[in-house]
Amino acid sequence: MSTTLVDIKGRKKEVVDRAVIRFCGDSGDGMQITGSQFTNTAALFGNDLATFPDFPAEIRAPAGTLPGVSGFQVHFSSNDVYTPGDAVDVLVAMNPAALKMNIADLKPNGILIVNLDNFEENDLRKAQVKVSPLEDHSLDAYRLFSVELTKLTRSALKELGLDAKSMDRCKNFFALGMCYWLYNRSMEPTLRYLNDKFKNKPDLVSANTLAMKAGYSYCEATEAFQISYEIPPAKLEPGVYRNISGNAALALGFVAASQQAGVKLFLGSYPITPASDILHELSMYKDFGVTTFQAEDEIAAITSAIGAAYAGALGITTTSGPGMALKTEALGLAVAVELPLVVCDIQRGGPSTGLPTKTEQADLLQALFGRNSEAPVPVLAPATPGDCFWIALEASRIAIKYMVPVIILSDGYLANGAEPWKIPTVEELPKIEVKYETNPVGFQPYKRNPETLARGWAIPGTPGLEHRIGGIEKQDVTGNINYEPLNHEHMVRTRAEKVAGIAQDIPEIVPEGDASGDLLIVAWGSTNGPITAAMNAQREKGRKIGHVHLRHLNPFPRNLGEIMKRYKKILVPEMNMGQLVMILRAKYLVDAQSYGKIQGKPFKQSEIEDKIEELLD
Amino acid sequence: MATTELPIYTKKDFQTDQEIRWCPGCGDYAILSAVQMVFADLRVPKEKLVFISGIGCSSRFPYYMNTFGFHTIHGRAPAVATGVKLVRPDLDVWVATGDGDSLSIGGNHTIHMLRRNVGLKVLMFNNKIYGLTKGQYSPTSEVGKKAKSTPFGSVDRPFNPLSLAIGSEATFVARSVDVFQAHLRETLKKAAAHKGSAYVEILQNCNIFNDGAWDSITERDARSEHVVQLEHGKPLIFGKNRDKGIRLVGLELEVVTLGNGITENDLLVHDEHNENPVYAFAITRMDTMPGFPTPIGVFRAIENVPQYEDLVNQQIADVQAKKGKGDLAKLLRAGDTWVLKA
Repeated sequence: MSTTLVDIKGRKKEVVDRAVIRFCGDSGDGMQITGSQFTNTAALFGNDLATFPDFPAEIRAPAGTLPGVSGFQVHFSSNDVYTPGDAVDVLVAMNPAALKMNIADLKPNGILIVNLDNFEENDLRKAQVKVSPLEDHSLDAYRLFSVELTKLTRSALKELGLDAKSMDRCKNFFALGMCYWLYNRSMEPTLRYLNDKFKNKPDLVSANTLAMKAGYSYCEATEAFQISYEIPPAKLEPGVYRNISGNAALALGFVAASQQAGVKLFLGSYPITPASDILHELSMYKDFGVTTFQAEDEIAAITSAIGAAYAGALGITTTSGPGMALKTEALGLAVAVELPLVVCDIQRGGPSTGLPTKTEQADLLQALFGRNSEAPVPVLAPATPGDCFWIALEASRIAIKYMVPVIILSDGYLANGAEPWKIPTVEELPKIEVKYETNPVGFQPYKRNPETLARGWAIPGTPGLEHRIGGIEKQDVTGNINYEPLNHEHMVRTRAEKVAGIAQDIPEIVPEGDASGDLLIVAWGSTNGPITAAMNAQREKGRKIGHVHLRHLNPFPRNLGEIMKRYKKILVPEMNMGQLVMILRAKYLVDAQSYGKIQGKPFKQSEIEDKIEELLD
Repeated sequence: MATTELPIYTKKDFQTDQEIRWCPGCGDYAILSAVQMVFADLRVPKEKLVFISGIGCSSRFPYYMNTFGFHTIHGRAPAVATGVKLVRPDLDVWVATGDGDSLSIGGNHTIHMLRRNVGLKVLMFNNKIYGLTKGQYSPTSEVGKKAKSTPFGSVDRPFNPLSLAIGSEATFVARSVDVFQAHLRETLKKAAAHKGSAYVEILQNCNIFNDGAWDSITERDARSEHVVQLEHGKPLIFGKNRDKGIRLVGLELEVVTLGNGITENDLLVHDEHNENPVYAFAITRMDTMPGFPTPIGVFRAIENVPQYEDLVNQQIADVQAKKGKGDLAKLLRAGDTWVLKA
């Protein structure tokens, strides 16, 4: 779908419905900020969008080398956007290494902008390239724009009297300015950002502003660019929107939960990629009375949160796989003492240190079973960056109502990826009821609510409620140490029954797409986008497909088994070797088929579509 | 705040109905009794007292104290207690731990609690052995210790717990002995009054796996020759006839006998408020030096270091005073937003 307009200079402006841009360069080239700025501008314009920041684990690998390449991809559209896009329309490559690592994803006839100043012999050598790709016709399939980004930026900034290094750090904004011209975007939001971000460094405001405007004017002036594009705003649900990443949404969700519950929020955390941003974010919200404690290690992070919960706060802890492993014993303690706690595992590639900055979904079995003995916990997973907000509220609600630790499984892609998020009003948020025990008459630490099986929350400082709890097996009701065989079995089964009972307190699942048919896709977490896009495309081809995206992974929605019976085949795509599928097969005795991808990258829409076709043709 | 009459407590008010499961003759009984007596005199309402422990014989302590109690996991009591104290700085939070719990598996939490100066009172029962796991050497066992896991003697160098505490920036460091009941109660009271982390090593006898480990200190005949009692402002004197003392020569401590021109004026005068940790550190080394007595009492008590929980909560209060209490609706709409109309 496209219409073409012609401007007075005879240049064409084509109206298209979507585009994918990827900025890539050295990790010191400011690609993440360039991409975020483009994203923000597209969001404010009203496009639907999805982003995929992809950066190396090394903070600064040697400049210009392959391991140092950092990228940021944004997919923006006048229609719904579910993924960051399989292939890109515009590739901005700041050096040969970035070009080499990313060119495969550029569509034929796609726009390729390279920084010509970075294609000297030395640059090629660092990228392990023998012949310059600008000269060997390997790029003939693309619309190549070789631009002297460094020289042009320097000449734009020459009046400012900055040193060469400082000038060169602005070349990403020259490229950004070019992309703004290319997509007919206003530079206003970025100018606002610069003025706010560098309030106290007017030099940097001027330098980046000049560089960006120079990039914009360059396209305007040069004959090379004969076409630009326009992507009208998307028809999203009416409301107030902002752009939000998964980690920011989790942080907001927890603040909202503590406000809705009227209890203090306490975060115990130890920095770890890709979870640290939640700690950074929450540490800013002191005006909401949030306590953030950067602990000495992962274990102190969770145990301090358990202490905080014992003292009456909403205790949370945030981590990724390796940290999750360290928190295991303490999670068992929280199960045994039945205190509310939320543990966020922002999954990344493993095992061990694995791929710290890349995404994966391979901690599901760890979340479900990774503790000694029988220690069931509710497990939730957000489907999109914006959904992280609602998952934080839901996890907090369950933790407090059922006096139980809850695990949230997010992942690196949701954590750093962003999407337009419809901001709820406070009235739309669920209330979370908190009732501390206060009455000493008949008080027993393990007396349970007959409906939820939750014990009371009796916090220190309450007169007459002095009591002892601990990780040792205790007698139900009294909480006294008890090693009797039948009591142990009773306690194990009671803790399990309490968690299983949460199924009665969560909504039944309604499949997207067809309510019955040839194929049901069952999935969880960040795979939602590509699966939705693939299912829509395949249904348009006449296939009968449904999609169930599980936000509750323990317990499952109570009608899941019944839903699965309505389809001939079941496909479970996961960024692991088949963890959810193992549970589904074991629990429901269904012939669900696994589709695993373990490359540190999200599924592409085309990969899911290919799999669907393979199964149904 | 309305003033409420504090109930008058006795030791009995702090006893629980739980059967005590320490071995008969264990030093822990004496410590429990001393703590219960001290708590009766603290003038703190019972519900504001919290005992948190890790794992080990010492960590069963909370079950026998009629206060709030939380028996957590091995080594982690200081971290759990830090969470409690940050949320409820008004509570009086105590930690019961041992040489394995505090110095092996929980060493990291111990040192970080001390450097932060969290207002926790830590009672570290040191019996130089692993009791609950039935007799392996501990990080305070002497070199050559023959125990279950070291039939040919341990080759590990031990920690000096109080040197470690001072090296970790502790603001209150003390030592007492299970059987020195009056001294123990006095020491506990001082710890209770301290603002900040108080680390109290209590030499405790494990009569099953390491009986007599502290005999040279506790035997009535040997006691005065082998123990020097630290008292603020008083010279370091010991001996049955109080005829021996500690003198400082350069950076070295020296045992001297009074007389022959050496008087009390030549001796080191104990100064628990000396802010320079070098002094307190030096006297923690004495018990491992041949010919020197073991000091007991308060080694160091520095009151001008702010408590961690106060700093954390003050920062929150300051931000709230400056920005006002957070408004959720505003927070949700923070940053760049846009409106889509129907």
